[in-house]
Amino acid sequence: MKYYRSHVLVGINETSVAAGVNNFIKALRAELSKAGLSDEINILETGPLGFFGKGICITVYPENINYENLKEEHIPNLVQEHFLKGRPVVELMLESAGRFSPKLNYNQRIVLRNSGIIDPESIDDYIGAGGYEAWEKALTQMEPKAIVEEVKNSGLRGRGGAGFPAGVKWSFTAPLDAKQKYVVVNADEGEPGTFKDRLIMEGDPHQLLEGVMICARAIGATKAYIYIRGEYKLCIERLQKAIDDCRNYGIIGTNIFETGFDLDIEIKIGAGAYVCGEETALIESLEGNRGHPRWKPPFPGVKGLWQAPTVVNNVETLANVPFIIAKGADEYKKYGTPECAGTKVYTILGDVAYPGLCEVDMGTTLRTIINDYAGGMKKGFKFKAALVGGAAGMILSEKLLDVKMDLASLNQYSAVLGSGAILVMNEHQSIVDMLWSILRFFRHESCGKCAPCKNGTQQLYRLITKIKKGEGSMDDVELMLTIAETMQQTSFCALGQSPIMAIRSAIENFRDEFIAITQK
Amino acid sequence: MAKNVNVWIDGHHLEVPDTMTIIEAADKHGIYIPRLCYHPDLPPTANCGVCVVEFEGNPVPKRACCTPVAEGMKIHTNSKKLRSYRKTLIEMILSNHEVVCPTCTANNKCELQTLANNLGVDPDSLPNILVKKEADFSSPSIIRDPNKCIACGRCITVCNEVQTVYALTNSDRGIGSEVTTAFGMGMAQSPCVNCGQCTVYCPTGALRERSEIDEVWEAILDPDKHVIVQEAPAIRVSLGEEFGLPLGSITAKKMYAALRKIGFDAIMDTNFTADLTIMEEGTECVARLKAGEKRPLITSCSPGWIKFMETYYPDLADCVSTAKSPMSMFGVLSKTYYAQEHGIDPAKIVSVAVMPCTAKKFEARRPELRDSGYQDTDYVLTTREFLRMIKEAGIDFAHIKEEDADEGMSFYTGAGTIFGATGGVMEAAIRSAYTLVTGQELEDIDIVGVRGLEGVKEATVNVPGFGDLRVAVAHGLGNARYVMDKVREGLKATGESPWHFIEIMACPGGCVGGGGQPYGNDIASRARRGLALYEEDKSLPVRKSHHNPEVTRIYERFLGAPNSPLAHKLLHTNYFKRSISNGQVVEEATHKHH
Repeated sequence: MKYYRSHVLVGINETSVAAGVNNFIKALRAELSKAGLSDEINILETGPLGFFGKGICITVYPENINYENLKEEHIPNLVQEHFLKGRPVVELMLESAGRFSPKLNYNQRIVLRNSGIIDPESIDDYIGAGGYEAWEKALTQMEPKAIVEEVKNSGLRGRGGAGFPAGVKWSFTAPLDAKQKYVVVNADEGEPGTFKDRLIMEGDPHQLLEGVMICARAIGATKAYIYIRGEYKLCIERLQKAIDDCRNYGIIGTNIFETGFDLDIEIKIGAGAYVCGEETALIESLEGNRGHPRWKPPFPGVKGLWQAPTVVNNVETLANVPFIIAKGADEYKKYGTPECAGTKVYTILGDVAYPGLCEVDMGTTLRTIINDYAGGMKKGFKFKAALVGGAAGMILSEKLLDVKMDLASLNQYSAVLGSGAILVMNEHQSIVDMLWSILRFFRHESCGKCAPCKNGTQQLYRLITKIKKGEGSMDDVELMLTIAETMQQTSFCALGQSPIMAIRSAIENFRDEFIAITQK
Repeated sequence: MAKNVNVWIDGHHLEVPDTMTIIEAADKHGIYIPRLCYHPDLPPTANCGVCVVEFEGNPVPKRACCTPVAEGMKIHTNSKKLRSYRKTLIEMILSNHEVVCPTCTANNKCELQTLANNLGVDPDSLPNILVKKEADFSSPSIIRDPNKCIACGRCITVCNEVQTVYALTNSDRGIGSEVTTAFGMGMAQSPCVNCGQCTVYCPTGALRERSEIDEVWEAILDPDKHVIVQEAPAIRVSLGEEFGLPLGSITAKKMYAALRKIGFDAIMDTNFTADLTIMEEGTECVARLKAGEKRPLITSCSPGWIKFMETYYPDLADCVSTAKSPMSMFGVLSKTYYAQEHGIDPAKIVSVAVMPCTAKKFEARRPELRDSGYQDTDYVLTTREFLRMIKEAGIDFAHIKEEDADEGMSFYTGAGTIFGATGGVMEAAIRSAYTLVTGQELEDIDIVGVRGLEGVKEATVNVPGFGDLRVAVAHGLGNARYVMDKVREGLKATGESPWHFIEIMACPGGCVGGGGQPYGNDIASRARRGLALYEEDKSLPVRKSHHNPEVTRIYERFLGAPNSPLAHKLLHTNYFKRSISNGQVVEEATHKHH
């Protein structure tokens, strides 16, 4: 094996690609070659690096120095100073004087433990980091029943929003006697502000696949589909390469590891409808139909894809599974809270110093996440509110900054964890504007199947627009609540049932703002 | 396997099979749960949310239409909250609905109107959010008005799941979503077969027939025109219900009286040409049987079925009887035989048909149906349009004095009248075909095996000199599809069809359940109308088509014999292959005999 003096990890994700990372790497290689350093400095293209940097970011090992927002014009200086002379370029560093130093909590990570460290396009890197050991264990040493039990015991709950215990979900499907069963990965990440699944898939596609495999074994499925939104081009490329590599290595296919177990995984690309993140609408879409939700029961676990028993799980949920199988449920339960085990990946955006993602224990407070992982508020701004869980989430005020962020604790405040998106607003932002934007979103994304959602989302949008213009009254505010509550109780699927969350939390927590704008 | 479970609805204990939904259980026991999109004939679309009910021990209300009952369920159908939700729901639906009740064809029949009235909703509580869209007037049969559509989804369900026509679908999403045809090309450019079942199930007036009432009044009120009218078998058993008479009242003679009062010049009856159809089709059938033809003969009376066949089974077009429908036979004879007999210039004759059918409007406009030298049938009124005319004329239908039809083309037998019910054409045909083959009369003429509402009915009739005649009857195009697939498979595999003779009607229940029939009917009321036709059959002095004296007379004086060259010219037709994507003619599927 070849030894390098230094490793440069370049984070490749949708953001850095947009910032021109591909040309940047070419230029960097050329410059290194010009300086005669090609044999000494290794450039590794990897996933999201796990810190909150802007634009093109790199990490240099063994020094563990992070650079952010790099441009091609920085390259000559960087190569001369850092790579040739060993003097880090302080003004380009993330940790430069007076700047925020993020917690790179690698030891607390499960889902992102490889992200930003290994080359996500290399199956050997993943195997080298302990990958597919859990799969081998699940396939050769564990009975399906035992896998389901292990996941049940781990307390892993769905990370898509509803928080249903994953092991319990599997236990409905596993015992069913059916010719064909399916695993479907819900990678149709559509909650506004949420991009955790994208980063999980970009950073470590194999870990997701391993989770899929273990789930398939546990429930007896021989076919898995990853339903992914079409905008996630890099994810699709990397997942496809990962699937192809697995096939070539015999990790999936027929008679895997000579156990007689067959499994194939296929990617299906969605067309971007929010409602297709609802599991039954997703199944309809997978079948080639219009993305309309189905009535439950029967639940997909009993009659799902093409009427076969189907487990639909979120990307993050499945990405937790390899750890649980490899290390055991007890080890997993060391993370998080007693009611809500494990970690949670959040995407933080809005008026914080460093928007991005982090993986922290379940139960970490909003204050800790904002201050320790996102560098606090943007300079000169005060915290006003956070929209937690995307459009289907709630608008939280300062009062709830110290509430533990886990399903059980938030539930006490009728709040939800949702998708893990945290949108932070400063004191100048208008809650009414925010609500307007959310209700416009719902109006746009309602599928139109059921009357309460179709007409309700339009009524809500009209009302909030009127209020926003200063033409509304408090009666209109109350009417919004009446409509949204009717929608919550009578809508066919979770989409129409959701707007009440944002509306009620906005009105309850920021009533003064509504009074002020309606009295203008 | 279904097992019984105990449930309590509003405190009433019910023991019901666990395969039932809550609304089915409630309906069966006479407990009414408010509903809008649910219809007992159709699988639930669960779109409206009105039927939500509450459960003890569960804070989340659920739809009664698609939630199965479960052991120990304690259901409440009314509460302060449920009342509030239902009101708000109806207010939301009304806020996106063109409220023009006084002029709407569905007025007083509209399920939204009724519900809004019953629940006492406040129509002004929500601002109007309707964005007006253009209505689809492209079809000769059906108008689709998106402004009245409440997106209940029944039309899509009946079109796709019951009729398997696949003309209607959803497009777009959210507030912009609408029921439409593929690519919004309009009904006339879709595989729509004009059966009109969507208009029957539409809870509002969003889908309705294209009215020809004005044109018919114009003709009646024009002294230069001689307006002759025919009425399909199903009409006489479907009018009374609108005027408070019991469902399935036989009102043929009140119907004639009303037509005369409205001002039609000659009142005849389609039942006459139904008998004539038996002579033509029966003769055709017997000729095929005698020739040992392996391909079946299929009836051709139902225009929805004919367009369906042309669209989805053009390869089997040669199996379909070349006989025109009774309506079209009447149309062509009204401008030839009738004109000749009465010395009237056919150019001045306006031939009107009162039909339980929307597809007949399309049929009347078929370019090939002009063998009289004119458009054979000028106007087609549905039962619903005729009812509006009766009301416009101020006729007290329930009490009008009975009158007879005019003579010449109005006498009918029991065989003719049962054309209006599924299985009726088959039964009528067997009664006469038996005689045509054997020269003897069939003794037991009640062929009950082909009656009733089962989707596909099969029977075997022993015909001396021929052997076992295997027949099948299908009603509803989904059932027709099943039968045609069997025929196609059989012909492909063994060169033989499973049946010799097949009756197909586009509408469930046959013509009594037609797409032009009065609103608010379900399978139960269709069945009642059908039974009335069999009652009439039993009460009539002549029950076999070949004994109809006016039929005998027309062959003697005009046509010669069944399947004669003139009969072929006037009473038979040919079929076309149509594109599945837009329903347009691609080429001839069969040629017309000359």
